[in-house]
Amino acid sequence: MAEEDNTVREPLDLIRLSLDEKVYVKLKGERELRGKLHAYDQHLNIILGDVEETVTTVEIDEETFEEIIKTNKRMVPYLFVRGDGVILVSPPLRS
Amino acid sequence: MLFYSYFKTLVGKEVTVELKNDLAITGTLHSVDQYLNIKLNSIRVVNEQKYPHMLSVRNCFVRGSVVRYVQLPPGSVDVELLHDATRREARGG
Repeated sequence: MAEEDNTVREPLDLIRLSLDEKVYVKLKGERELRGKLHAYDQHLNIILGDVEETVTTVEIDEETFEEIIKTNKRMVPYLFVRGDGVILVSPPLRS
Repeated sequence: MLFYSYFKTLVGKEVTVELKNDLAITGTLHSVDQYLNIKLNSIRVVNEQKYPHMLSVRNCFVRGSVVRYVQLPPGSVDVELLHDATRREARGG
């Protein structure tokens, strides 16, 4: 049974194996989260801990028409994320 | 049911709900239902200068589908409990 627990048979298994690990979550509206995965369900509702949120906005300079890319970051201790905004969840990068 | 059960344990605690229109409301969690609709009491809007239209509102019902985030009070997050409940839910579903 222990062996079976570590195999990825369906997509959500990948997320199950990332429990208590730092994950990357991409959301609608150019939002990204990095934090420790504490809970999820089949809707991809998620609870993350020690979360860094990055919001990327693109403004167009009125005179030069150059794109100005701005990123706003903030930290949140614990965050519940509603699943309908989630685009992807990626397991931690192992070096 | 995991998050419904979890939010029920937060009743009476102060949470900040961030909506998909960027409005953020802090209030005392009064109740929650299976759709994760939320009722908040004694609310205040986080950025009142930008959203002055909510100043007279004390209590509100928030439809679950318009919620983007809920900031949870750090003291009421039992990480081990959440891991166990998540693994149980993953097996059952």
